[in-house]
Amino acid sequence: MYVAVKGGERAIDNAHRWLEDERRGDRKVTDLSVDQIKTQLSLSIAKVMAEGSLFDPELASLAIKQARGDLIEAIFLIRAYRTTLPRFGFGQPINTDKMIAKRRISATFKDIPGGQLLGPTFDYTHRLLDFKLLADGSIDEFEPGKDTEQMFQHVTQFLNNEGIIETEETSSSEAESPDLTRQPLEIPANRALRLQALTRSDEGFLLGMAYSTQRGFGRNHPFVGELRIGLISVEFEIPEIGFNIEIAEIEISECETVNQFLGSKTHPPKFTRGYGFVFGQSERKAISMALVDRALRWKELGEVSDGAPAQDEEFVLYHGDNIQATGFVEHIKLPHYVDFQAELELIRKIRKTAFEAKKG
Amino acid sequence: MSLVRSKWLSYLAKSSESDLVGLYESTGLDPSYTYLRKPEIGTIMATARIGNTGQKFNAGEISVTRCSIQLEDGKLVGHGYVQGRSKKKSTVAALCDALMQSDKRTLIESKIVIKLKEIEKKRHDLIKRKAEKTKVDFFTLVRGEDEK
Repeated sequence: MYVAVKGGERAIDNAHRWLEDERRGDRKVTDLSVDQIKTQLSLSIAKVMAEGSLFDPELASLAIKQARGDLIEAIFLIRAYRTTLPRFGFGQPINTDKMIAKRRISATFKDIPGGQLLGPTFDYTHRLLDFKLLADGSIDEFEPGKDTEQMFQHVTQFLNNEGIIETEETSSSEAESPDLTRQPLEIPANRALRLQALTRSDEGFLLGMAYSTQRGFGRNHPFVGELRIGLISVEFEIPEIGFNIEIAEIEISECETVNQFLGSKTHPPKFTRGYGFVFGQSERKAISMALVDRALRWKELGEVSDGAPAQDEEFVLYHGDNIQATGFVEHIKLPHYVDFQAELELIRKIRKTAFEAKKG
Repeated sequence: MSLVRSKWLSYLAKSSESDLVGLYESTGLDPSYTYLRKPEIGTIMATARIGNTGQKFNAGEISVTRCSIQLEDGKLVGHGYVQGRSKKKSTVAALCDALMQSDKRTLIESKIVIKLKEIEKKRHDLIKRKAEKTKVDFFTLVRGEDEK
């Protein structure tokens, strides 16, 4: 139990002033601008927006600057800010077929209509430090290619045509899908609620969970049917006029995995699917999310659980939120003098009794 | 060509503040108006579908700003629902919406809305053209025993 303490105001004020000073760092070095962060640390922005669960690149940049680059602290700032905003409503479901794709690849079919677009990827780089960047080297602008149209059907549709992969269908109960920002997350959660929790979960946590399934804790070694990253419009019905407009354009990463499934008592052998959808360019997380989504579906597919952590929805959903996690883990550093005093008294008493009994 | 209201509101909503405000100021228009709803920052919850076709889920929020204005002259009402947290952008979008319903329509459409549409198309085309340049043709290697 935590018992409040008083005092320490002057020390706290000074600690915060020193924090500000440290954040600014050496005054001989130029102050980092929010625009610089926004345009040059875009993958940090993506993480803060995804886990802060608020798409706003400028705010994410500000949060990163204020948090001295501590991304969980930045996410905390975004989450706190978000709670102050009224919500005007829900967007129409995003159609990712209409994506303006920067990147679109498939590990299952090499020849896909529309082709494979690598996009600005770290893949196939040699992971050698580029010392030119230390020397302030200028970078040539990437010349665009020829004009082209994009309209990419999802790769899983090709398997659909053959009927050998499960299809994703809308459910009549979807209106009842709860929103975990408004109601406490309750277990068992349906798949829609699980995905809401996963898409705002900590990337590192999801990565570890996903990795564990591949290594055998809940056998789950899928193929990436498709991974795409790009811009997508979000439609919203304007209440005053009663029709939809495209109110926003956001960048997202989407991953669909294709998993082998040998069938169960209730389902015939076929491929099954996992789904990842994340704000920003966050493909590591999108892939991890799809793996964990699939692992959590063992019950509805009639599989036998290995009892692996990634198959345990309570374990995954209740421990993936890095703001909840950091709040609980870090609070133990705050003053607990009264609790500790009580424990100290208790241990002293027990020890005394034990020693006296020994002396007999 | 003539744009429907949902289209012009979309171009206004997705534009950058600097593009929209810059184009609006270049028209020299400065009509009197009153706020029916003062600019207000909020969010919408984006939703997506599992596998793009399945059940709907909540994907996270997006910051938006809204306001409604009424022109003094003609009493036309405009709504400014825009992405981001700019009250200025929201107000200018609402003014453009109202003016698009007035006799200034041709001016607003040609000097602002069409320009925003072009800027958006250019932005999209640039991504597509860069992506096109990274298109690969993977091929699986033909092994010796397959040769005839």
